[in-house]
Amino acid sequence: MGKVLVGIKRVIDYNVRVRVRPDGTGIVTDGVKMSINPFDEIALEEALRLRERGAADEVIVASLGPDDAQQQLRTALAMGADRAILVRADGAPEPMLAARALFALVQREQPTFVIVGKQAIDDDASQTGQLLAALWDRPQATFASKIELSGASARVTREVDAGLEVIDVDLPAVFTTDLRLNEPRYVKLPDIMKAKKKPLDVTDLATLGIDATPRQRVVRLEPPAQRQKGVIVKDAAELVAALKQKGLLA
Amino acid sequence: MNQVLVVAEHSAGRLNPATAKCVSCAAAIPDATIAVLVLAADGAAVAAQAAALNGVSRVLLASHPASEPALAAVLAPQIAKLAPGCSHVFGPSTTFGRDLMPRVAALLDAPQVSDVMAVDGAHRFRRPCYAGNAIATVEVDADRPVVATVRVASWQPAAAGGPAPVERVSADVALPAHTRFVSVSAGRNDRPDLQTAARVVSGGRALGSAENFALIQRFADRIAAAVGASRAAVDAGYAPNELQVGQTGKIIAPELYIAVGISGAIQHITGIKDARTIVAINKDPEAPIFEVADLGLVGDLFRIVPEIESLLAAS
Ligand SMILES: Cc1cc2nc3c(=O)[nH]c(=O)nc-3n(C[C@H](O)[C@H](O)[C@H](O)COP(=O)(O)OP(=O)(O)OC[C@H]3O[C@@H](n4cnc5c(N)ncnc54)[C@H](O)[C@@H]3O)c2cc1C
Repeated sequence: MGKVLVGIKRVIDYNVRVRVRPDGTGIVTDGVKMSINPFDEIALEEALRLRERGAADEVIVASLGPDDAQQQLRTALAMGADRAILVRADGAPEPMLAARALFALVQREQPTFVIVGKQAIDDDASQTGQLLAALWDRPQATFASKIELSGASARVTREVDAGLEVIDVDLPAVFTTDLRLNEPRYVKLPDIMKAKKKPLDVTDLATLGIDATPRQRVVRLEPPAQRQKGVIVKDAAELVAALKQKGLLA
Repeated sequence: MNQVLVVAEHSAGRLNPATAKCVSCAAAIPDATIAVLVLAADGAAVAAQAAALNGVSRVLLASHPASEPALAAVLAPQIAKLAPGCSHVFGPSTTFGRDLMPRVAALLDAPQVSDVMAVDGAHRFRRPCYAGNAIATVEVDADRPVVATVRVASWQPAAAGGPAPVERVSADVALPAHTRFVSVSAGRNDRPDLQTAARVVSGGRALGSAENFALIQRFADRIAAAVGASRAAVDAGYAPNELQVGQTGKIIAPELYIAVGISGAIQHITGIKDARTIVAINKDPEAPIFEVADLGLVGDLFRIVPEIESLLAAS
């Protein structure tokens, strides 16, 4: 039986209305609620279900991020992960660094499954799982909405532009989660207490032998162009007339 | 001189329109020479279509039986083998490109810029992040190739041109057998394609059932529109996943977008911001969708949609 390694990213909660700082150097983060990236929560839920079904015996959660990411790792432990690893990095590490950090942990832990979110809702890059799979030279099953195991392989349903694609991947493999893979469980109060006693190791990129020099830099952030506020029409007839006048309907 | 390699997306012998948009993005790179790479079982027809795009100077055709249906683990090593000498390797921000390009980037040890919406220079790009709430200007090192996915909703397709010469190439590289295609279920394709349609009608949670969602489909058919859906409508099973519009679904830029019974969550709005005209029909006058709608109508969709249809039928 094997291990599951799950990537957990600390991000601004998806309910927060994100605003760019007026000087264009970043995002307003003061007093803003931080959470586990929703796709990573789904990844963790899937890992817990694999363990509960007896397909794995240990769930390890790992995060590349600031010291404060320990909060999200504690939440993950409360959800049911067995142990956690924080790879300390300041700023907004690019996906390649996350992939290298996870790869270093993969080599140490030898998991059967690595599950990460299909994207993080901050940088929206959608790269980490695929980068890791390539570094590891193992299969990738991205945008998964269903994972079924059979022996040494997994049958994965993927949400693609055309519809649903099914592929088989040999294990070990990297999976990235789509929204409909599962619904993550709620954390119960006693589990939060229990999670405080679970192991959480802190390391950093240098200890893992990873060069942290970024290859891409965000030089500016700006708010998107705003749409003009439109008009409210009073009924269907007025709407149809307006659309015809704009030449949008014949 | 910048050498841009565009990885073609195709299926059933047809070039995906996203590739023509990648070519437009490639053409925005200063001093660019553009090659399109077609990886296919045969691919001659696809290569001919790519060769007919304005701005393409040559098409590289790598035929291999394992390349179709496309699997990232099979295509990436071939691309990495054929890419040396390129300054840029581009693919579309479709699920094909999002799956494939990071795998290429890792093999090339190159940085990837996702969802390029504007090119400010050969190594300077703009891209959306935070569900479109911020636009980042990103700079990448110039000492190695850049891999990018092109945000297709931001670019017009390259015009017809050429034909450019087609060269047969082969990537002499071992291909893995650890990933195997099983099947793909495609929805109906007698309707306009959501990603390229000029008009889109989307339904949300308010439809209440798959049966009621037929109202959206009928309305869409009436005005020759593609059908879209909110995440809530897809999660509830009213519409299939490939119709989801938004941050984690499809990002679209139609001439006309009609949101019916959709509240306008930020994750949905990010998928439609580039639409020319947005129409919202919602019974809640406070719904956030009205903040971005050019034309809003407050009321019950089950009354309004049939009314619009009969008005159109009468004219
Ligand atoms: C990580 C993440 C990613 C997400 N990605 C996406 C995405 O890609 N796309 C997406 O759409 N969402 C996405 N969401 C979900 C998003 O936050 C919203 O939950 C979702 O868009 C809501 O769908 P809805 O507008 O159909 O439903 P609701 O928010 O429930 O809105 C229904 C609307 O219908 C109106 N209504 C009800 N009855 C009627 C009637 N009879 N006539 C007229 N109007 C009526 C109501 O007033 C309401 O405004 C994502 C969420 C997360 C956390």
